[in-house]
Amino acid sequence: MSGVFASGNALLAAAAEEPWHELSIFEPASPGGAAIVRLALLVLAVAALIFLVVEGILFYTIARFRHRGGSSDTPPPEPPQVYGSNPIEIAWTVAPALIVFFLVLVSARTLWEVNAAPATSRNVIEPLTVTVVGRQWWWEYRYQSYDGRKLAFITANELHIPASSPERSRPTRLLLESADVVHSFWIPRLEGKVDLIPGRTNQLWLKTDVTGLFLGQCAEFCGTQHAHMLLRVVVDSPEDFDKWLAGQALPAVDDPQQAAGREAFLSESCVNCHRIRGTTARGNYAPDLTHLMSRQTLASGIIPLDETNLRRWIHNPHDIKPGCLMPAFGLSAEKEELIVQYLLSLK
Amino acid sequence: MSLADHPSAHADAPTSPAGVDLASRLRVWTTTVDHKRVGIMYVLMAVVFLVIGGVEAVAMRIQLWSSDLEVISPDVFNQLFTMHGTTMVFFVGMPILIGIGNYVVPLMIGARDMAFPRLNALGFWVTLFGGLLTYFSLATGGAPAIGWFAYAPLTETTFARSAAVDFWALGLIVAGIGTVTAAMNFVATILAMRAPGMTLNKIPFFTWTMLWTSVQILIAVPPLTAALVMVLFDRELGAHFFDVQNGGSALLWQHLFWFFGHPEVYILILPVFGMVSEIIPVFSRKVLFGYEFMAAATMAIAFISLGVWAHHMFAVGLSRQVDLFFIVASLLVSIPTGIKFFNWLATMFGGRIWFASPMLFCFGFLSMFLIGGLTGIMLALAPFDFQLTDSYFVVGHFHWVLIGGTLFGTFAGIHYWYPKVTGRMLSERLAHWQFWLLYIGFFVTFAPMHVAGMLGMPRRIFSYEPDRAWEIWNQLATIGALIQAPSYLIFVYNLVSSYRHGKIAGDDPWDAWTLEWTTSSPPPTYNFGTIPTVHSRRPLWDTKHPDDPDWQYE
Ligand code: HEC
Ligand SMILES: [Cu+2]
Ligand SMILES: [Cu+2]
Repeated sequence: MSGVFASGNALLAAAAEEPWHELSIFEPASPGGAAIVRLALLVLAVAALIFLVVEGILFYTIARFRHRGGSSDTPPPEPPQVYGSNPIEIAWTVAPALIVFFLVLVSARTLWEVNAAPATSRNVIEPLTVTVVGRQWWWEYRYQSYDGRKLAFITANELHIPASSPERSRPTRLLLESADVVHSFWIPRLEGKVDLIPGRTNQLWLKTDVTGLFLGQCAEFCGTQHAHMLLRVVVDSPEDFDKWLAGQALPAVDDPQQAAGREAFLSESCVNCHRIRGTTARGNYAPDLTHLMSRQTLASGIIPLDETNLRRWIHNPHDIKPGCLMPAFGLSAEKEELIVQYLLSLK
Repeated sequence: MSLADHPSAHADAPTSPAGVDLASRLRVWTTTVDHKRVGIMYVLMAVVFLVIGGVEAVAMRIQLWSSDLEVISPDVFNQLFTMHGTTMVFFVGMPILIGIGNYVVPLMIGARDMAFPRLNALGFWVTLFGGLLTYFSLATGGAPAIGWFAYAPLTETTFARSAAVDFWALGLIVAGIGTVTAAMNFVATILAMRAPGMTLNKIPFFTWTMLWTSVQILIAVPPLTAALVMVLFDRELGAHFFDVQNGGSALLWQHLFWFFGHPEVYILILPVFGMVSEIIPVFSRKVLFGYEFMAAATMAIAFISLGVWAHHMFAVGLSRQVDLFFIVASLLVSIPTGIKFFNWLATMFGGRIWFASPMLFCFGFLSMFLIGGLTGIMLALAPFDFQLTDSYFVVGHFHWVLIGGTLFGTFAGIHYWYPKVTGRMLSERLAHWQFWLLYIGFFVTFAPMHVAGMLGMPRRIFSYEPDRAWEIWNQLATIGALIQAPSYLIFVYNLVSSYRHGKIAGDDPWDAWTLEWTTSSPPPTYNFGTIPTVHSRRPLWDTKHPDDPDWQYE
């Protein structure tokens, strides 16, 4: 048993050096993830043991009792017939029952360790609370509160959370909802998955000491672009996180040089779906664009956010994400360029 | 007791060779109520759908060969996995098992037909019609793209506008009616039509498992039918059962579906447990070890598996207490399953194992089903399942159970009873080719999926990001699928060519012990000239060993 725990911790330590694209459930970066790994290694060991014993018996039996000689298409003669044995039957009923009992105990313990609300104590700050809304095929993040302060901004596709440290725990509480169909939130290195179900609010607690980018993607089939509903969680140091929060809380940059682009954007139907705080764009159907350029990717993580990709996206989103719920508008080249330049200014 | 002298037996046997013109042969087949012909038609229907479902699978594997392929568009891919799952579960798995049961059960219990022959024929035609109706959704411009478990509200008109979902739901409702009639028929037949002397504790083991499978069907399929009717009400009549915007519940569907869906897994495996429990003894030349415990374990599985459905729903945010309940219930199933496994091994132990093709497939079943069971235990542990559910690990797991378990076992059964059905032996050489290609191809396809799942790959994605380290596992899986594919073709070829050119089988080619081997191959329409009287679980053993009959020991 102690070996299992030791290797769990070793994995935890190694995780910090893993490349950013790592999604293995065996590289946990959180207490919950590590608890699952301990359980997983335990049950893998039990399964391996059962496997070796039973396959061993099977192959031994075949090797030993395979009929040799005689023609291959006539049945071999019959050996003595053995009809059964109560003591033996009881033995192989009790043995699996004991294993089952053991597995129930260990999984019950883990069950209370994962996705657990933090104990309230002085070195645990008030959690960051974010409502996550699953939408066909992107993620909306509504920041509610942090460290006792109220927050009131909405962003999309890239979730920022603060890192904890041994001295100070900064948990995150995600309230999971859906605006349409069932989705599932899964960052393998942070926690197991929890579904986002319309009409319900589920809860997922995250906590990690490791800063950096954690990846995942929607795990419940949700329609055409389910495969491209990627998840990105950026774990910031507390200072970086505070800076990020301050930036996001501001209204959109109002660069006078982009006034024409802004007009172009506001004159198009973009405003019916998208929101840009500080302007008349107040749609709530599509990703909030207020601080678009503070994000690294476009369209739920599938391509890097740069000028070329942004232009391609505005020109025809379906070239990039066929079937997605933003139509192509056939804008004139000048208008398209104005809008792209305006969006690029939304730092 | 042997019925060697049937002048008419071959003339009106279900597989009578050519000679009569096509039209009248078609008429005979379409109007038949003979359980043997109905059984054969079930199996043939399943084989056709198996090939269709297989082509769908290969198409998906090709698309997933690498991260940047665009062979198949997202929508078509989503339709493919929906139809693949639906086809394999409803139009391959269930019909093939019901078909084999249809053929074999009356023969095994010394009956002249099923209890309700007309209902039996109705059941088949309705099932077939259900399959066609489901595929008729293609006429709407595309199959449904909802996944075989069709989670609400993806099935509501808001998200699925075309009528594809309606055809899908109608098809499954209709096929479900066929399945339920078949199950009723099995229960009535097995309870009421047994040969004199065959008390309930003397029925052949396959028959026993068909009885409990039927009980499960009767409990599990009606809730699915009800849920599908609710979907249609929502779509066509403006009801709101699953329409969350108007007070419906998305979770309700999941409960109803999995209340069917989990027992379904056992509906697909119990008959196979029965088949290998017939075959392993015959090919080990030893009586089945611990019949009573095996029988009790079957009942235990049938009942416990009705109470485990929410292990498919650990990620929906049930309470921890509920999770724990379903962990315990799910793990409990492994105890009777373990009992069965050990009894099969004990049957082989001390025997003289004869590796003819039926036994070879039993070996495939034993060595692979175990692994599927063990990964099942992992999935039953809710915290581990939070990571594994809806990942490729699950895809690996259930294919391991359904191919490693159900399919290997079914092939064992088909190779075992084919001589009875056709009067000819399957080619052993082709059977060996089929087996090894399947065994290796299956392993190469599905083992890597477990790895991909643990590396974070969710199921049902038509494409994946190039930086995810999943490509190699997907390429292995695709290679495996291409190794498997010819094995199915060899199987179909063997079925066809041995029917004409196979070695003549005789009544009892395996020197077996149950009643179907007392009559001719193929059996006459009336099965038995005189209804045999039975004294033990192995009536033919008693005839072959009058000095040492079984009933002395039972
Ligand atoms: C019918 C509603 C709708 C309209 C109108 C609309 N969009 Fe969108 N837009 C969406 C949706 C939905 C997405 C998310 C697509 C996805 O990722 O699946 C999106 C995504 C975007 C994104 C990427 C956001 C991100 O963070 O990934 C940009 C940029 C964007 N839209 C710009 C525009 C512009 C410019 C216009 C006007 C010319 C416009 N949209 C009009 C619905 C709309
Ligand atoms: Cu999804
Ligand atoms: Cu299940």
